[in-house]
Amino acid sequence: MLVATVFAIVKLDHLMTAVMLMGFFSLLSSCIFMILDAVDVAFTEAAVGAGASTIFILAALAIVGRKSKKKRREKTILPLIIVTCTGALLLYATLDMPYFGTPDAPVHTHVAPRYLLESGEEVGPPNIVTSVLASYRGYDTFGEAGVVFTAFIGVLLLLGAGTRKSGLEREAPPNVKVESMRQKIVLREVADLLIAPVLVFALYVQWHGDFGPGGGFQAGVIFASAIILYALIYGIVPAQKILPPRKLAYFPGIGLLLYALVGVIAMFKGGNFLAYGALMADPHDGQHYGILAIELGIGITVAAVMINIFFSLSERSL
Amino acid sequence: MIVGLFNYWIVIVLMMAGLYIVMSSGHLVKKIIGLNVFQTSVFIFFISMGAVDGGTAPILKDGFTVFSNPLPHVLILTAIVVGVATTALGLAISVRVFEAYGTVEEDEILAIDRDNREREISVSTVVTESSQNERDQ
Repeated sequence: MLVATVFAIVKLDHLMTAVMLMGFFSLLSSCIFMILDAVDVAFTEAAVGAGASTIFILAALAIVGRKSKKKRREKTILPLIIVTCTGALLLYATLDMPYFGTPDAPVHTHVAPRYLLESGEEVGPPNIVTSVLASYRGYDTFGEAGVVFTAFIGVLLLLGAGTRKSGLEREAPPNVKVESMRQKIVLREVADLLIAPVLVFALYVQWHGDFGPGGGFQAGVIFASAIILYALIYGIVPAQKILPPRKLAYFPGIGLLLYALVGVIAMFKGGNFLAYGALMADPHDGQHYGILAIELGIGITVAAVMINIFFSLSERSL
Repeated sequence: MIVGLFNYWIVIVLMMAGLYIVMSSGHLVKKIIGLNVFQTSVFIFFISMGAVDGGTAPILKDGFTVFSNPLPHVLILTAIVVGVATTALGLAISVRVFEAYGTVEEDEILAIDRDNREREISVSTVVTESSQNERDQ
């Protein structure tokens, strides 16, 4: 099914349909993650792939137009040859791979046993993914929050949120669609029903991340998707009245600084950077509160970045 | 063997389809869609590597002893969010390209660039005064 969806995307020149199929593709792959026991990942993929990135691409398409041109002949043959060769090489390489599900594959023998066996003692949270993410690999996660922040700066520099300048003078844009959404009773009622629970759910995912699947990344995206839903139904202007982009632009920085602050406090208390054990007298409490704090930082950063990017992209098409 | 490596093969097919979209399509947004497909297939690859027979989700609870590997999950979890951020950056760039050129088709952009360069060369051979005007425009 995944393969069929992807080939449909390859063939389609109508980009709107291609984007919808891409969202579907993400949803399917998040089901696969679920089956493969990666609940946290499934969560994120469903929220990000099927939600946020689809919306972003749609917003961009509203600006650049939805038809892609028919390809010329020489542009399809050469890529096809390259792709076939690369694919064949990769297939050949898989022959050396350990079979799917083998417990003694190299992946499972390096650091993973320690995470699985000791993390309950060393870090605390039952959700091992959270303890690896926030504690063992805290540096990596800090870096990734930084990447998200940098991408946000890039988008802000390129498009500018809340500081719209008329780039190219174009004829009346099709923002009739956005306005008329408000008149669609079913859509509006369903959205009204959904938005508040989605926000509450985002908070639950945020605070419950160390016990069940969830955490800052997921919560941030879910929170942002509720806001985006509101903006889609009621129009971007009311949404920006609630969350003015100029103020919102501070939040990614605040989230990242909160993360860094936790690390620095740990340093002042005599531990290493981001070693939460030093935060409190009892290392377990320290780990617990440290992880909660940095997850909050991540959540703020991600949510603010997503909402900001959505605003910047969709403002352009107004 | 077929069953053991089936996941990886599917991943390779998906990955190559994504690569094909990136290379063959001239539309910048469609290229980004292709990149997304490629990216997602890499995610599936990582998660398949982390799976263990008879394992369960890596959340400690009494009664479960076999878990799948949490490390790939962590890596992919963050990669997804970073992925959407970079996608947004790519989209922002293509929006700016559209505003500058009026199109996001690769060959049209190249044609416009070529025209501009030729015009600049022809202008620079003429008097400096006219090239000044050109730049003012």
